[in-house]
Amino acid sequence: MTTMTIAKAINEGLRASLTNNPKSLLMGEDIGPLGGVYRVTDGLIKEFGADRVVDTPLAESGIVGTAIGLALRGYRPICEIQFDGFVFPGFNQITTQLAKMHSRSAGKLTVPVVIRIPYGGGIGSIEHHSESPEALFAHTAGLRIITPSNAHDAYWMIQQAVDCTDPVIFFEPKRRYWLKGEVDTENPGPASDPFQAHILREGSDATIVAYGPLVPVALAAAAAAQEDGHSVEVIDLRSISPIDFDTVTASVKKTGRLIVAHEAPTFGGIGGEIAARISERAFLHLEAPVIRVGGFHMPYPVAKVEEDYLPDIDKILEALDRSLAY
Amino acid sequence: MGATQLPTPGTNGAAVDQQVPSGCVLSDPAAEMIQLLGPDGKLGTDPVFSDYAKRLEPGQLRGFYADMAKVRRFDQEATALQRQGELALWVPLTGQEAAQIGSGRATQRQDYIFPTYREHGVALTRDVDLAELLKLFRGISNGGWDPTENNFHLYTLVLAAQTLHSVGYAMGIQRDQKLAEAGGSNEPKAAVVAYFGDGASSEGDVHESMVFAASYNAPVVFFCQNNHWAISVPTEVQTKVPLFNRAKGYGFPGIRVDGNDVIAVHAVTEWALEHAREGRGPVLIEAYTYRVGAHTTADDPTKYRDSAEEVAWRGKDPLDRLEKYLRSEGLADDAFFEEVRVDGDKLAAHVRSTTQSLTGPNIRESFAGVYAEPHPLVAEELAWFEEYSAGFEADDEEEAGNR
Ligand SMILES: Cc1ncc(C[n+]2csc(CCOP(=O)(O)OP(=O)(O)O)c2C)c(N)n1
Repeated sequence: MTTMTIAKAINEGLRASLTNNPKSLLMGEDIGPLGGVYRVTDGLIKEFGADRVVDTPLAESGIVGTAIGLALRGYRPICEIQFDGFVFPGFNQITTQLAKMHSRSAGKLTVPVVIRIPYGGGIGSIEHHSESPEALFAHTAGLRIITPSNAHDAYWMIQQAVDCTDPVIFFEPKRRYWLKGEVDTENPGPASDPFQAHILREGSDATIVAYGPLVPVALAAAAAAQEDGHSVEVIDLRSISPIDFDTVTASVKKTGRLIVAHEAPTFGGIGGEIAARISERAFLHLEAPVIRVGGFHMPYPVAKVEEDYLPDIDKILEALDRSLAY
Repeated sequence: MGATQLPTPGTNGAAVDQQVPSGCVLSDPAAEMIQLLGPDGKLGTDPVFSDYAKRLEPGQLRGFYADMAKVRRFDQEATALQRQGELALWVPLTGQEAAQIGSGRATQRQDYIFPTYREHGVALTRDVDLAELLKLFRGISNGGWDPTENNFHLYTLVLAAQTLHSVGYAMGIQRDQKLAEAGGSNEPKAAVVAYFGDGASSEGDVHESMVFAASYNAPVVFFCQNNHWAISVPTEVQTKVPLFNRAKGYGFPGIRVDGNDVIAVHAVTEWALEHAREGRGPVLIEAYTYRVGAHTTADDPTKYRDSAEEVAWRGKDPLDRLEKYLRSEGLADDAFFEEVRVDGDKLAAHVRSTTQSLTGPNIRESFAGVYAEPHPLVAEELAWFEEYSAGFEADDEEEAGNR
């Protein structure tokens, strides 16, 4: 076991992927000598050279589109998009091409491309640097979407993304890049399936589902609820597409209450999908409607008011109170 | 279309347009760069653009200097404000003053400007209150000024997106002018300037904007500041040919100008704007310059570039060379430079005090700005937020009562 930050864990995971798989390569803006704006690719160009760590021209459609071509030729490109809000020039390639190549070719072609996107707010940044666009991708069939919330998962999930035959969007919770945690680099343990949700805290009165940056917030809310005598289960979803509904359903059948928390706006978001599925699967077990805690229906607001925008412990507790009041 | 749109001798009205600007040919980039004022402060000549330089009054030249000094001082102050935690981020422009002041001062009031996010000098020439610019970087606004007031559009952070807007805007100008002329009006003709970087030139939007501009002969001047670096990536990764040469492929003139020579930049931009306003279509200007500092205050250039490069470019400083010229021609004296310094300090003090007093906003303003017309979902969420916040206030009161 070693302790490292999430950023370092991804760096180590990428290093392992590049070492283990000669066909894997990194592509992106500023990922070479600079090591990426968050230094996630730090040192990799020195170790693997400019053919494996490619500082690309400044063009997201270009990055994703050429990655598709490389993948068709048997390579495993891992693309870095600099910030969430800058993925959209590449959105066309991701949603109309990358996602659909396998089905269009009746399974003859595979495009194992990984798109790494630092996402989410809470870092006091300017416009387009704090968005959570996961629902826009999740709505597109053909893409897998995962997001780690701790260093151990970050280390293993990035490697699993590279090994996956399908395209994977790997959302990195940027405000947790510096969060330290233990990483077992020998053994993934329960992390061996990246598409499985993890129960991080057991409870009997209600379930909170969160992913990525909000997992620590959900855990803190559960701890606070405990002080008020409520036993709350916390699930780290880990995979946004597919969603491990079995784990969530089993938990809700036990607790009878569900809160889904994410930073993205609630309208049309992942929380709504979970609420609908769980209503279908566990209707008779629910003691209260599923409650969503998320962003408002507005563009991500300016940094000075993001605290009012972001789901925090209080907002989750308020939702919990409402749920328990039924 | 295509090459026929290039200015050819004898076909266009303006006398200065009788020759193709020498920057239009693909060959040695340095040799093809328009320069009037050298690093030594001496004024050279150019067959086309010297005529433009001759139009400049001494007062204008002093004004160029004052503008460049002001915006450099502003840059230093904003950097300091960022270091002191008053701004989340700052995007410095030191080194690019001539490119921005020269081009900005070549525009006329009726022209419309689409900046990227580093065009603080252009903002100054358009009378935008520089303290307002800082709202964006202070995290209290995603805009900060009224773009319609000074025809200076909001900053755009998604690289290159604004280049397409600029072409559309120019197409609108074209249509309005046609209508106005039919109605007998003789309003001054307008054009658009779109700013973008050498890095952004790789984005598909730039390509598409040039295709549209050429197709519709739109009155737009593409102004690329080639400051040699896109964060850590050098220009060579973005292009193998000098950027100005790309224009040729789209069928309109491209000119490379010494971006540290305010007189040449002004001349070239005036030429290009006249060209566009007169209905002769788009022009690409590549201002060859250098970003002396970091990309932003979050960047560390020592990770990717040699400090010798920076030192070499400091030797081509746009302010130094104009100062040399003004002094040697007897156009400005110590008193003038002292006055400029004092004005710079005044501006810095204004920017500092305004910034520190810039408070807010309230998230209610964010709710208010989502749609132009009422929207039930926004209203519902705002109502939830009010009730939720009121809960905390009630808690606070209860706590106060219990004390
Ligand atoms: C579409 C998009 N991709 C990536 C970024 C992140 N980014 C911000 S500035 C920058 C470099 C821009 O370089 P250049 O266009 O040369 O302009 P400069 O900053 O040097 O003036 C990058 C990659 C962005 N803002 N927008």
